Amino acid sequence: MLWFTEQHTPNVRFSIKIDKQLFSEQSEFQRIDIFESEEFGRVLALDGYLMLTEKDEFIYHEMITHVPMCVHPDARKVLVIGGGDGGTVRELTKYQNIEKIDLVEIDQRVVEVSKMFLPKTAAALEDARVTCYYEDGLKFIRHVEDEYDLILVDSTDPFGPGEGLFTKEFYGNCFKALHEDGIMVNQHESPFYKEDAYAMQRAHKRICHSFPISRVYQVHIPTYPSGHWLFGFASKKYHPVKDVNWQAWKDLRIRCHYYNCPLHAGSFALPNYVEELLRDVED
Amino acid sequence: MKYISQENAPILEALERMKSARLVPFDVPGHKRGRGNKELTDFLGERCLSVDVNSMKMLDNLCHPVSVIREAEELAAEAFGARRAFFMVGGTTSAVQAMVMTACKRGEKIIMPRNVHRSAINALILCGAVPVYVNPRMDPVLGISLGMSVADVEQAIRENPDARAILVNNPTYYGICSNIRRIAELAHEHGMLLLADEAHGSHLYFSDRLPVAAMHAGADMAAISMHKSGGSLTQSSLLLVGDRVSHGYVHQIINLTQTTSASYLLLVSLDISRRNMALHGEKLVDRIISQVQYARDEINAIGDYYAYSRELINGDSIYDFDITKLAVYTRSIGLAGIEVYDLLRDEYDIQTEFGDIANLLAYVSVGDREKDIERLVSALSEIRRNYRQTGREMLKAEYISPQVVCGPQESFYGDKESLPIGETVGRVCSEFVMCYPPGIPILAPGEMVTEEILRYIRYARKKGCQMTGPEDMDLQRLNVLKGE
Repeated sequence: MLWFTEQHTPNVRFSIKIDKQLFSEQSEFQRIDIFESEEFGRVLALDGYLMLTEKDEFIYHEMITHVPMCVHPDARKVLVIGGGDGGTVRELTKYQNIEKIDLVEIDQRVVEVSKMFLPKTAAALEDARVTCYYEDGLKFIRHVEDEYDLILVDSTDPFGPGEGLFTKEFYGNCFKALHEDGIMVNQHESPFYKEDAYAMQRAHKRICHSFPISRVYQVHIPTYPSGHWLFGFASKKYHPVKDVNWQAWKDLRIRCHYYNCPLHAGSFALPNYVEELLRDVED
Repeated sequence: MKYISQENAPILEALERMKSARLVPFDVPGHKRGRGNKELTDFLGERCLSVDVNSMKMLDNLCHPVSVIREAEELAAEAFGARRAFFMVGGTTSAVQAMVMTACKRGEKIIMPRNVHRSAINALILCGAVPVYVNPRMDPVLGISLGMSVADVEQAIRENPDARAILVNNPTYYGICSNIRRIAELAHEHGMLLLADEAHGSHLYFSDRLPVAAMHAGADMAAISMHKSGGSLTQSSLLLVGDRVSHGYVHQIINLTQTTSASYLLLVSLDISRRNMALHGEKLVDRIISQVQYARDEINAIGDYYAYSRELINGDSIYDFDITKLAVYTRSIGLAGIEVYDLLRDEYDIQTEFGDIANLLAYVSVGDREKDIERLVSALSEIRRNYRQTGREMLKAEYISPQVVCGPQESFYGDKESLPIGETVGRVCSEFVMCYPPGIPILAPGEMVTEEILRYIRYARKKGCQMTGPEDMDLQRLNVLKGE
């Protein structure tokens, strides 16, 4: 019997039974593995950390995308940083009014491997509106000013190749790259285990320094540590719940498996302990 | 005698042998391979503590090296193109002091640029030699002191034909090199020794894309900070010596002040780093050069900032430039270098080497990663966007020519009194005042205090420079020689 095991903490392990390994490679930046599993379908792991499974990826990708897309009344130009698996781009391509989607992924091999083994997410990368840039996200964003309506930071963890995407200089540069009513949503780690919670607090603190509106919303992702995951919602103008035209979004008739408008509003209601962790770093 | 090559690391190999011999230690250090200090062992690791040992037969003795330390020193001498190399465990400070004290005795003169590190002037306090300062030229825009012009050195030699040595920074902290080859010739033509402070130049020996290394240019002695660009542990350095100096005498001078319990952690780090640089130095330096060039181009593309390089070269006071140095002129965004330095650390979690009143210096070396360079550049770009100031009055750094009234030793040990710093104008200072880093004195013992100098000190303090040197650590008071 073959098992994929990820250490969620030094004292906690999470394992998935694997049918077979489909792919393994050490790219310039990280180790890339693809597994086939009975319970979760195909699994993508980077440096041994589970990034997505075919069974639950819809939760992450719908929630990182539809929340800001529902808030912003007219997002036409969107930047995705990270997200080489294509899942976030797939959700974006459901919007007719989006004209341009730029994807900045540091590791070209992640995109290529995803196209080979994860067509459910990566197929969307073929959409004519999508342009892929293979470079450091921090470098890309530094050269951009007043360019995007929406930036989605679909990153790995705050260590390894994604390190630079959890820094104050990165968030500040995102602010600069957005239009005056722009929104940035980022993968915000988890509040539950100590190390993850610490990373989450640091990210929140830094975002608060850069954006006038900085809120956090939660989501349930079974294969991520503790299952309780957060996204950051940073905005120059729109409040994520109060400034939303729910009917306009419903009229788009976009089919979702997880996301809906009441859930959107509810996801910003956080457990007390999470509110406290966030308040601790807001000045 | 067995054949050894740059592939060897004699001290490392001896420590490995010692470990496998499983000696029972009834000698110092008292922690006994860490067993006696669990907290320290938990923190530093057992492997580290197990080689924190004392001199013994199989490990040789730094005070009198005859076996593995001697071999390691010979390999270092070969790698750096010197006749002899000494491993130093008191930092490059100890190497600079050994050089100066070897070259001059009490009352003898040594020609040096005023922008020397404090360690050189400290050596003068200890040995009683007297400095002849050459005005390092100053870049009027960048506000940094440059190298010595050959004509100025010639003049100093003419006026002081009895000087025993000339000391050259190769390069300065900022990467500026004097024409060391020519200055070495001049020194030798006049029977003087050429000493090089290469605290920022150990990598020069391993690349032909960089300014010439001192020993290759004919220097008689060079102090090398292996722990800076060479990758060894903090406090470990090399002293390189050529033919014109008695090696035995240098060794005696070193032993005047050197510990008799040299740390094998430092020694083995020198040995391993020498091997690494000898075998892979050129490739490592190439990587640093391209990383720094990338950073420089990106920083210059941000706007306002100026990350300078070889374009500064003027054939004399900037005879050459070390392109592994990443110095950035920041006054153009209305911020002092020290202010940018503070912002980088406090707001962006980036620790740079130092900031002066107009420049920031980021130290890039063998250990840097591309993504960290991206962070530095991005943070600088953000600092410009968020903190840029215009129309702010900023002090322009200018070379303040020191008025040397008496020698450093005489004034340091002379009868002195402590005065409120504001009342010291016109008096002879008997201690150092400097921003640290870079540790280049604003005032050295024996120099006249002037209104101009006090204005500079007040400004640098206001901008957040850390002032060190005086007995009164808050610098409210200053020691001056008793008035007549």
